[in-house]
Amino acid sequence: MEQQQAAPPMQQSFFTPFNVITGTILLMGMVLTVLRFTGGLGAVTNLDHNTPWGIWIGFDLLCGVALAAGGYVTSAACYIFGLKKFHSAVRPAILTAFLGYALVVLALTYDVGRPWRLPYPILVSPGTSSLLFEVALCVMLYLTVLFVEFSPAAMEWLGLRKARTLVMRLVLMLTIFGVILSTMHQSSLGALYLIAPSKLHPLWYSTYLALFFFVSSMFAGLSMVIFESSLSHRYLHKHMDHHHLDNSNDVALGFAKAASFIMIGYLFIQMIGLAIDNDWHHLATGWGAWYLLELIGFVALPALVYAVGVREKNIRLIRWTSVWVVLGIIFNRLNVSLVAFNWQLPASQRYFPSWMEIGTTLFIVTLGVVIYRFIATRMPILYEHPDYQED
Amino acid sequence: MGITRRQLLGWMAAGAGAGAGGLVPTSVRAAANMHFAGFPQSKGVLHDITLCIGCRKCEAACNTVNELPAPETPFDNLDVLKLDRQLSPETYTVVNRFYPTDPRKPQFVKKQCNHCLEPACASACFVKALRKQKTGAVTYDESLCVGCRYCMIACPFNVPAYEYHKALTPRVMKCTMCHPRIEKGLQPGCVEACPKEALTFGHRDELIRAARQRIERHPERYINHIYGETEMGGTSWLYLAGHPFGTLGMREDLGVVSAPEFTSGALAIVPMIVSVGVMLLTGIYAINQRREKIADEERRDAVDQTREEFEALMQQKLSEQKKAAEKAKDAAIKREVEKALAEAAKPEADQPAGEENGKEE
Ligand code: SF4
Ligand code: SF4
Ligand code: SF4
Repeated sequence: MEQQQAAPPMQQSFFTPFNVITGTILLMGMVLTVLRFTGGLGAVTNLDHNTPWGIWIGFDLLCGVALAAGGYVTSAACYIFGLKKFHSAVRPAILTAFLGYALVVLALTYDVGRPWRLPYPILVSPGTSSLLFEVALCVMLYLTVLFVEFSPAAMEWLGLRKARTLVMRLVLMLTIFGVILSTMHQSSLGALYLIAPSKLHPLWYSTYLALFFFVSSMFAGLSMVIFESSLSHRYLHKHMDHHHLDNSNDVALGFAKAASFIMIGYLFIQMIGLAIDNDWHHLATGWGAWYLLELIGFVALPALVYAVGVREKNIRLIRWTSVWVVLGIIFNRLNVSLVAFNWQLPASQRYFPSWMEIGTTLFIVTLGVVIYRFIATRMPILYEHPDYQED
Repeated sequence: MGITRRQLLGWMAAGAGAGAGGLVPTSVRAAANMHFAGFPQSKGVLHDITLCIGCRKCEAACNTVNELPAPETPFDNLDVLKLDRQLSPETYTVVNRFYPTDPRKPQFVKKQCNHCLEPACASACFVKALRKQKTGAVTYDESLCVGCRYCMIACPFNVPAYEYHKALTPRVMKCTMCHPRIEKGLQPGCVEACPKEALTFGHRDELIRAARQRIERHPERYINHIYGETEMGGTSWLYLAGHPFGTLGMREDLGVVSAPEFTSGALAIVPMIVSVGVMLLTGIYAINQRREKIADEERRDAVDQTREEFEALMQQKLSEQKKAAEKAKDAAIKREVEKALAEAAKPEADQPAGEENGKEE
């Protein structure tokens, strides 16, 4: 795709494979959008009174937010923990986080009944006893923080030097604020399910659900940064400067090492969760097998492979493992929100997404990829702007 | 007293919530440490399952008083009892038939919102569209609802239903305990319509006492449990039955803890995360800055020291060289002098003096 664009002077056909595929998906998305906002949720989703939250929450919201954790993890590592060698990873991570959260909010406008009332919890009638209130407040604030954190790139592109200097002074404050907001809403997304112990399978329900979500968001974010940087390497290579190219291996090694440690820690706290609620006997059931698949197949094993990759400095292995971990996070979030939720209901009353729900999700993800590509090929994301190298 | 405890807590929470930092600590602590036993004098309904004949008169009355759309199968058609019907946006209440033991002795169970004392739905609603009223009813305010459906996730009895087919104004639909009628001093529609007194409306406390009496008087007729007295922290709707509730389609594993208590811990920790977070992160940043500064200074010191050492060394070398050079010079002079002396001491006989003199010069 990219290589074709590089082919010089001949007028490039608009119908590249990339454009055709994304164009089709975007077109389908628009049709689904019309259906959703004329026929209601019932016209496009399989939701019912037992399962009011489907993949638009389970995937778009829960996975979206977890995978956008790269933003806070990277900026914390670089600016707060002083690991300057990760500096080149900050901008791409902030951009993905910003787009990720923006798309989460977009997905929510499809999912909630009256999207124009989304500011109500903050402006009209705050329901402070609700964890969803906390999620709403944090997501809204964090989206603003990410926007400001991302803005210097756009300002460099537009040549707004003064405004940029002003924002750059705020970086530290914004980073601290962003990390705290992330801690809060990453964990409260898990805590959303605390209110329904009778509906979520005990292997996934835990008093520590909030902690599980927070800790797993850390390695989700780290892995996502590794994964994205390998994608950029492949498809946006010519937009990267030597600094970013050189550092990307450092970033992969450092992040893989950190992720591997955190994943081992995560296994431990999961065990503690099992022990405290004394859920061991559930492990012998079919649900137990599914749970072990999640924990061993998608946490323990990739953690091990990360460690091997770091020891052998095998970047290829690390990159593939990052995909594995990302899939594991998606697996976990879908388990909590859909698979293990309403587990006692007879199969006939269980939910499975309609193709139109999947289509809408695909549409939103595609939108994200297209916007990322638009920005990364124009603004100084993967390279340093020659005029602003001093900082 | 004009202000209820709940209102007061609500205000405090709202005040605290106004700053991003101080979310809800007060109300949460209260919920975590105290057991809320319901508003005094709040109302409830006692459903005696052993008296219910499955006539669906309550369903019909509910439909009328709430002005709900007419059903597909009319209310006098009892065939629908064989289905396991669920609540829906068009039906706030349904009666289902169960055969717990004897296939000739059906039991009928009316289902509707249980009006929990501490409702999961209300604590989950992030705009307070759902509220527990002093009458005991849990009511819904359509003008606030965003349609997030978290209340449906939260309700342990799967009660709230959602108008999935409305594009722009979907509502959450559920039994209101006929709150408007209660305020007018009337009984709920379904209770009034029941021909068998399987439904009794009254103060919750009194209903519990009455239910106990029935159990005591007819131990052969009832199992010794009032469903709703403690389930999920207690509900305003209460049930008596002759069979274990599990065999009547009601969950027995809900426990006695009210829903808000499950989330209070997670909410209480929020202000902690904020303050400890700011402290920790700023601290870590400061330590790192300091470390960098120290590292910088050390680097500078090290450079300085090396330079000094180097200079000293050079000095030393230089002076040594100088000394060596001087020594060599001295030695050379000495040698020459000695040579000259030796030359001078030699007899001049065998060589012509002129030649020697020329060489010397
Ligand atoms: S039964 Fe469900 S809907 Fe009714 S008050 Fe309790 S939690 Fe709310
Ligand atoms: S759907 Fe409406 S009533 Fe239910 S929690 Fe959301 S805003 Fe509240
Ligand atoms: S109390 Fe009123 S709304 Fe509730 S089931 Fe009875 S008639 Fe219907």
